[in-house]
Amino acid sequence: MTKSTEIRVPANQISVSRRAVASIAVVGNPNSGKSTLFNRLTGLRQRIGNYPGVTVERHVGTLKVGDSSLELVDLPGTHALSAHSLEEQIAVDVILGHMEGTATPDGILAVVDATNLYQGLYLVQQLLELERPLVVALTMADAAEVEGLRIDVSGLIAKLGGVPVCPVVATTGQGVEKLRATLARITELPPPAPGKTWPELTTAARELAALAPEATRLAEVERLLIDGPTEARQDFLARFGDGAEVRLQELRDRLFGNEPPLATEARVRYRWVREVLGEVVQQAPPFYGWQARVTAWLNQPVPGTIGLFLVMAIVFQAVFAWATPIMDVIDSATSMLGVQVNATLGDGALASLIADGVIAGVGSVIIFLPQILILFLFIILLEDSGYLARAAYLMDRAMRSVGLSGQSIIPMISSFACAVPGIMATRVIPNRRDRIATILAAPFMTCSARLPVYALLIAAFVPAQSVAFLNLQGLVLFGLYMFGIIMGILTALLVRKTALRGPKPPFALMLPEFRRPNLRTVLMQLLGRAKVFLRRAGTVIFSVAVIIWALAYYPRSDDVAPFVEQQQQAAVSELSGEDLDAALAQIDNQAAAMQLEQSWLGRAGHFVEPVFRPLGWDWRVSSAVIAGFPAREVVVAVLGTVYAVGDEADEATLSGRLKAARWPDGSLVFTLPMVLGLLVFYACCLQCVATLAVIRRETNTWRWPAFAWLYMTAVGYFGALLVYQLGA
Amino acid sequence: MKRNGSTLASLRKGQKGIIASVNAADPQVQRLMTLGLVEGAIVELASSALGGDPMEFRLFGRGISLRQEQARQFAVSPVAAGGD
Ligand SMILES: Nc1nc2c(ncn2[C@@H]2O[C@H](COP(=O)(O)OP(=O)(O)O)[C@@H](O)[C@H]2O)c(=O)[nH]1
Repeated sequence: MTKSTEIRVPANQISVSRRAVASIAVVGNPNSGKSTLFNRLTGLRQRIGNYPGVTVERHVGTLKVGDSSLELVDLPGTHALSAHSLEEQIAVDVILGHMEGTATPDGILAVVDATNLYQGLYLVQQLLELERPLVVALTMADAAEVEGLRIDVSGLIAKLGGVPVCPVVATTGQGVEKLRATLARITELPPPAPGKTWPELTTAARELAALAPEATRLAEVERLLIDGPTEARQDFLARFGDGAEVRLQELRDRLFGNEPPLATEARVRYRWVREVLGEVVQQAPPFYGWQARVTAWLNQPVPGTIGLFLVMAIVFQAVFAWATPIMDVIDSATSMLGVQVNATLGDGALASLIADGVIAGVGSVIIFLPQILILFLFIILLEDSGYLARAAYLMDRAMRSVGLSGQSIIPMISSFACAVPGIMATRVIPNRRDRIATILAAPFMTCSARLPVYALLIAAFVPAQSVAFLNLQGLVLFGLYMFGIIMGILTALLVRKTALRGPKPPFALMLPEFRRPNLRTVLMQLLGRAKVFLRRAGTVIFSVAVIIWALAYYPRSDDVAPFVEQQQQAAVSELSGEDLDAALAQIDNQAAAMQLEQSWLGRAGHFVEPVFRPLGWDWRVSSAVIAGFPAREVVVAVLGTVYAVGDEADEATLSGRLKAARWPDGSLVFTLPMVLGLLVFYACCLQCVATLAVIRRETNTWRWPAFAWLYMTAVGYFGALLVYQLGA
Repeated sequence: MKRNGSTLASLRKGQKGIIASVNAADPQVQRLMTLGLVEGAIVELASSALGGDPMEFRLFGRGISLRQEQARQFAVSPVAAGGD
């Protein structure tokens, strides 16, 4: 799952609006503690935007040092400057100054995990050649100590040609002050001299650069030598005049012979890294902490796989068991509020708007905040502890059989919370075909917005009896989750066999150690999620609730008032006492039903009813489903509105009202086949504008969101049709 | 590369090997080399998933997982017991 996004500012506005002294790119391997350190350095003074054209988040923060300030740009984690995925490409582009709207950084802060110097120094070595001032932060200094690693920092500084190296513990802030002081004078640091680590490459780059009339950054020429004359580099190549292509080829032949350049680069650079490690690192006998023992146990194939399913089962159990008490509180609070409003404001349109529209509508969605937060909490914990990567590893084989790789499992698990972060998490998948197949499968995972619908229908129509030792309601819910997973997998399989046919996706993944999640990081992410959800409830769902209310309230009918008057007079003249009260209440409900039926919503419902009639839906269900297309959780709110009036309104709860709903001929609307069909419809249908928007952004075309919408709607409709017709 | 020789894929659990040569033709393998699986690196098989695939190796204390077909591109020679 991706870290939550808050404020989105176009990238070009960010750099202009601040008069920062210098801008510093923060670069490091994934999982090196880069975000933790970035947050530590910049605190709350950070903004999140997007890079132009892509959805990778651009985190920019300000670092105050004395009375000046530095602009820190947190880049996506990368292992090397040869980019393999979209995120890595962005990091490389920013570092090299190719990113539109982002100035070439004046200096670089390299974040290196002290317990993973091997890979960290590989990247540092490439950064050394950029001829930019460089500072190295050695994070996880505490973990290195525990592992018995003794690092000779001054030896390392010497090896890096004098580049400052600051050991820090990002989680506690230890050493950060010194790092801050070092960063304060980063622009005064002499850029590292190139050519120390791979002299042959630097020499070849100098030879080629000499052909260009204007000064050329050596690092660029080096990348040209390694990556070759790619399409994107044609303009750059043209600088070196006629015959540059031939000269380039000669130099590449000299450097790499018949070997792939990237392979040669890895060989040469890691030879240097091993040399440095041999001199500056001493390994005491490692102390095996609980992490190592947990890892060792989970490393066995069978316990590992069983453990994975157990973890998922516990998560979903917790989502329901823990959230119920809080949800009950919210529920009674909202209904009390509604009653209060009606009591104070009386009967008019305003009272109806506030009570039936806003409070009932928004309240019926807010109630799911506890469940959603608990689900997100678990997913953040699983991610931060390093467990999700292990899940990807364990599931790779299974995923491969459906044409995906283990890497697709992380977006899918995240999608149980919400498909939007889930789809954003597909960025780590290097292959475009796999990525799109995963994006199309992700919305089938039962997201937290489907929960309200499932919860309502299951509570109302599935008896709370036990089957063996399991609760039948829980079993149905579990079945729906499984159904979503199966549909997602079938979809992936389908597209991988047709539109996205291609070779089997590769799989290579760094498996992080288990780590105790950092409370601060977890809470910050959770808070971000809560804000996103509440903002959604406050904007999208609020607006939909108001619109739906208006559609159900207007136009006011001219026929209703005379009818009511006539009926009331008749009742008053014939009845008295309790009978009269009952009759009057009955008349009110009839009036409300008449009003609703001829309202815009009622008319729309009647208009589409023929389409949904074969699924066993009456006009009210149809109109609720239609209203739910922007955001599926709205359907609960709409059902709440349309069944708050009419014959069923005597029932106190929404589920009671649904149970009482009848066709004009007196038969029940919500029969078991109809309810099961409705559940199938909700399990499949893509009723979520946010998901469509994120698919559009991530695939950069309207084709895929359009396809996903049509496909999922069709599957939902025909699935529901099948279930209803078989059952009826 | 000879298929029947000792490769990363033929390591037993807990066994260490030193990478002797790499068949780097496949871009995927080049990617793995960028992550540090190059000649001279000492690698230990830490675990494998159900069915023996993918496999998890330890490389300088870090876990890295790859599939058998990729692991087969890395020829290894034995490391003296306990050596590192
Ligand atoms: N022990 C320890 N853990 C750290 C340190 N810095 C970060 N972490 C943890 O390492 C994990 C990865 O950190 P994160 O900042 O997300 O890494 P990123 O992927 O590089 O951004 C998180 O669980 C952090 O809490 C550190 O200095 N010491």
